[in-house]
Amino acid sequence: MAIKKFAVACYDTEETLFPAVEKVRHSGYKLHDVYTPFPVHGLDVAMGLKETDLHVAGFIFGLTGTSTAVGFMSWIFTSDWPVNFGGKPHWSLPAFIPITFELTVLFAAVGMVLTYCYLNQIMPGVKKHIFHPRQTDDYFVVVIELNEHVSETEVVSFLKSTGSVETNVQIAEDSWWYGRWDEKEAYELA
Amino acid sequence: MHLKYESIVREPLVDGNKTYRQVTEDIVSPIEKKPGKMWYAGFFIALALLGFGVFSVFWEVYFGIGVWGINRTVGWGWDITNFVWWVGIGHAGTLISAILLIFRQGWRTGVNRAAEAMTIFAVMCAGQFPIFHMGRVWDAMYVLPYPNTRGPLWPNFNSALLWDVFAISTYFTVSLLFWYSGLVPDFATIRDRAKTKFRKRAYGLASFGWTGTAKNWQRFESLSLVLAGLSTPLVLSVHTIVSFDFATSVIPGWHTTIFPPYFVAGAIFSGFAMVQTLLILVRKILGLEEYITLGHIEAMNKVIVLTGSIVGVAYLTELFMSWYSQVVYEQDAFNWRIIGPYWWSYWAMMTCNVVSPQLFWFKKLRRNIPFTFIMSIVVNIGMWFERFVIIVTSLYRDYLPGSWTYYSPTWPEVGFYIGTFGLFFTCFFLFAKYFPVIAVAEIKFVLKTSGDNFKKEMIKVDEQPLEEFVHENSHH
Repeated sequence: MAIKKFAVACYDTEETLFPAVEKVRHSGYKLHDVYTPFPVHGLDVAMGLKETDLHVAGFIFGLTGTSTAVGFMSWIFTSDWPVNFGGKPHWSLPAFIPITFELTVLFAAVGMVLTYCYLNQIMPGVKKHIFHPRQTDDYFVVVIELNEHVSETEVVSFLKSTGSVETNVQIAEDSWWYGRWDEKEAYELA
Repeated sequence: MHLKYESIVREPLVDGNKTYRQVTEDIVSPIEKKPGKMWYAGFFIALALLGFGVFSVFWEVYFGIGVWGINRTVGWGWDITNFVWWVGIGHAGTLISAILLIFRQGWRTGVNRAAEAMTIFAVMCAGQFPIFHMGRVWDAMYVLPYPNTRGPLWPNFNSALLWDVFAISTYFTVSLLFWYSGLVPDFATIRDRAKTKFRKRAYGLASFGWTGTAKNWQRFESLSLVLAGLSTPLVLSVHTIVSFDFATSVIPGWHTTIFPPYFVAGAIFSGFAMVQTLLILVRKILGLEEYITLGHIEAMNKVIVLTGSIVGVAYLTELFMSWYSQVVYEQDAFNWRIIGPYWWSYWAMMTCNVVSPQLFWFKKLRRNIPFTFIMSIVVNIGMWFERFVIIVTSLYRDYLPGSWTYYSPTWPEVGFYIGTFGLFFTCFFLFAKYFPVIAVAEIKFVLKTSGDNFKKEMIKVDEQPLEEFVHENSHH
């Protein structure tokens, strides 16, 4: 949680976005983030982001579901309250398959979505700074974090040279906070 | 350097001269306008139906299950028929959103949001029937395995009916998560272009603070793919388990191994018909003909003719097996279905489900909107009769001729069914007004490969000599 200064460049096509991201990476400036209105394939590679491990979380949650279902039903029917169903075995594993499968899917899906929300820092009531209102519409927004070591004008003119349609400097909160989207924050009014 | 190419042989998925901004405008602007008279009329009719349904259910709960027409011989009547019918309808949404995602069917992007919404609302309607069929609905939580003061006494995990509890509730939860995770970025789009304070606040809350960073989108895609992978076997398991409600019993007409695939095919068949009914209206009323094109309608009609034929083969297989089994009870059950007192339901099912969808072999009819609309309703009537045939005509003549009976529903049963239409359409009208009915981000994702105006560029690429193409594209 910190209020920082950012240089913001907006692009209107992927054709200008990709070379710009490459240039920013090689320039040595600190790339804060790139905001896009839809998933742009290859952008994570261009930015040098690692592949996500979210699916591993899904797998682990799924296994938890499997073992919960098998363990719970086995415990109930063999030790907690064994019931005689027409003389059939108490530990009737094939009959446990449907519920085991359903709980595997349920645990994997719910667990993965919660992990996804936690990692992405999204939740009802969460607010984050929007660098350009069209970043969820049709603009691809590249944001560079400014500090005392780089010159503001230099960064802005560098960004302009990459073919951006709009370039500006903003002071913004770099993380998330709880807030209402219809209200302006103190740093925005200052 | 980023050449997006798709063969020009493939029909464009988005018609018209669209830009990313125009896509947002087209899909989001109906949400920002006041709804028309048609919307209000439809919404209040749906609310009235829902009100009648609530009254019918109240009547049943107050006076007991005896107010329904079901009796000791026919223990499952309209209630379970409607349950299976609604669950089946739900299946098309998951097929479109999950299975077609895995099969990389681009055309799903235009219809998946509305189809998934339909799934969720249909499963909500379906769930009402077994719950109120319990009679003492205040004890409904007994089906859940929670620690209780009765022992603790657990439900029977070997029962197909309990499998259903788990299958339906898991299906509802996972469908809801899948649907909502896709809605979050689109809500953010509405939020960021909102002009009124209330809309900004409401969609700000609904969008969970989504900003669309590259890492968030990377995780988004990973989540979508895994949820699709989980939903694919899930959707097949749900109707398989519904069919186990019947197939694991020893009732002639129910005790058959063909039920799981037959039920799943029937579910997809009826679900696609319902998607057609809804989307033909939605595209017209909201003016989204350029996103839900004739190509989309034709693709869904192809699924209808395929699954309809699978269902037809299953009906004939059932008849063959009853003859081939040489079991008189099986043979009589099917004989009475065809020429017994319920002959009309059997022949309604055969005509609507097997004969009429065959007309979709003709391309002209597959691309004819009024014909498709009528067919979609015919198919859903047929699929309702299928469930009625399976349930009632297997039960009304049991092993003891003294208890043979003829079952007809009473008004609270019919009212309950009408009420679920009210629930379904109330939800759907609210969805069509306040939610983006087409996945905005997903359309933008396919726009440059499958949009009409961008596909025209491909003609040039196709005509270009190879040498020249390599020369232009091999370096940057």
